[in-house]
Amino acid sequence: MSESERLSVFKTYKLYVGGKFPRSESGRVYEVTDQKDRWLANAPQASRKDARDAVSAARKAFGGWSGATAYNRGQVLYRVAEMLEGRRGQFTAEVAASEGISKSRAAAVVDATVDRWVWYAGWTDKIGQVTGGANPVAGPFFNLSTPEPTGVVTVLAPQDSSFLGLVSVVAPVIATGNTAVVVASERSPLPALSLGEVLATSDLPGGVVNVLSGRTAELAAPLASHQDVNGIDLYGADETLAKELEIAAADNLKRVVRPHPVDFSADPGTGRLTAFLETKTVWHPTGGLGASGSGY
Amino acid sequence: MGGAPLADVTASDGSLRRFLHGLPGVDAVGLEARAASLGTRSIKTTAKAYAIDLAISMIDLTTLEGADTPGKVRSLAAKALHPDPTDRTVPTTAALCVYPDMVETAVASLAGSDVKVASVATAFPAGRTALAVKLADVRDAVAAGADEIDMVIDRGAFLAGHYLKVYEEIVAVKAECGAARLKVIFETGELSTYDNIRRASWLGMVAGADFIKTSTGKVAVNATPANTLLMLEAVRDFRAQTGVRVGVKPAGGIRTSKDAIKFLVLVNETVGEDWLDSHWFRFGASSLLNDLLMQRQKLSTGRYSGPDYVTVD
Repeated sequence: MSESERLSVFKTYKLYVGGKFPRSESGRVYEVTDQKDRWLANAPQASRKDARDAVSAARKAFGGWSGATAYNRGQVLYRVAEMLEGRRGQFTAEVAASEGISKSRAAAVVDATVDRWVWYAGWTDKIGQVTGGANPVAGPFFNLSTPEPTGVVTVLAPQDSSFLGLVSVVAPVIATGNTAVVVASERSPLPALSLGEVLATSDLPGGVVNVLSGRTAELAAPLASHQDVNGIDLYGADETLAKELEIAAADNLKRVVRPHPVDFSADPGTGRLTAFLETKTVWHPTGGLGASGSGY
Repeated sequence: MGGAPLADVTASDGSLRRFLHGLPGVDAVGLEARAASLGTRSIKTTAKAYAIDLAISMIDLTTLEGADTPGKVRSLAAKALHPDPTDRTVPTTAALCVYPDMVETAVASLAGSDVKVASVATAFPAGRTALAVKLADVRDAVAAGADEIDMVIDRGAFLAGHYLKVYEEIVAVKAECGAARLKVIFETGELSTYDNIRRASWLGMVAGADFIKTSTGKVAVNATPANTLLMLEAVRDFRAQTGVRVGVKPAGGIRTSKDAIKFLVLVNETVGEDWLDSHWFRFGASSLLNDLLMQRQKLSTGRYSGPDYVTVD
């Protein structure tokens, strides 16, 4: 059979929840098109029940992931970057189609994304030194502050930057030990759904990252009011929606990152790493100062 | 008990065997398909709210651990009385299920309420002791004030075909129970076949069980929709033949509201509405209650709840 006669095999894009690839519980899909409205694929249109399942999966994964050593988390995230590297061709095609940019621009975006992932992988065992440390106190005590992950974090991924932007908001959340429920770009969800396949084949435990595609507003509402979600990054919400979500999120005092324009090609800084961290401070007596004036 | 049609059945080991082996064989594929198809019913809004409250009121809140302490039993008793302390409209559970030595603590903690105290006995969960020891175990629990006794059958004897021995043991335990209701645990996960579960169900009912119960919760396979459906059918047929009503208690492995509601559908469709009452149907469970409470909170507030808003048992 010659090349031209071969029937192409279309890919069924699926959600990524709890390390598995379910279809939406609702059975719905929606058409994903490129910037010129040509059909690319059908993506699952997740419902609030899929969101609920994703939160359960993220909660279940939180103990193990947050309890893993920072060094181990770094190794796992670096492994993700390795897997991304091997799929550059696929991501280049998806980013080019989704964002309406040339193949060479898209390739540059994918390279930057892999580099971004590696950058955050390196931060896992360093953020503690930067944001924690020994505090001087007026008394014979060690006073030590260390950052701890907030918990389950919902991330509304950027609507425009479907891959570099996505990784730039997801990687910092999980690098510090949180688990994430990601709502992919509504218009361009394909890179996010393919990222789920990469995460599944790296050493990331199932449930640490859960990827949902569908209507951002429909999925964000139950997630913002969910009592078992501890933080929400509103990047992918427009102004009206973000306001509603912030009000809903106040109910159980979620940490909220408000949407603000970010240049994803620039050095990201540590802002997104520290957004979902809690500081734990421990006092410990140094023991008697003794005749020499020092106990240690 | 048993009525005229079944009195001759237990006359000898041979007649009992002939009767039990004369029961029609179970169509395993059909049974599982029916259980699965009934599990697809969609129960929403007000029906769901009703089902959740009904399920809560049918729970035998259970703690059967070597590490049980009086403190743990007291805290579980408080939970049985007020499953959700922030919402007093939540019904109490049906009973608190403990080991015999904890019955006294449970009775004291539940005094003045309608919540029953159930105690496992007869060397639960294995049941591998002499009959005298089993009976003493039951006597202890009843004397301490248990309202219900959950006994295990001698699976070894059952599987070896000594049906009369199993029968006589249940009759002896029933005699020790006095006013306490007797639940007979078959440990369906150890009975190997559906035919055996059907035989055990009839054996238990003929011997005078007030309830037949699937499992101890201590083995790999516990309550499943299929084995519970099979037992419900046996209960239905037994009533048709003798006029005697027997309760059913699936136990172990039921953890979500969705599962619990599936069981309620099985009850309604098999034995009818008469059994949708904590006097005739129970869930042996512990973690199920928290999931029911979270679902209830979701229905009343519209927000998804989480494990931070229910007690850790």
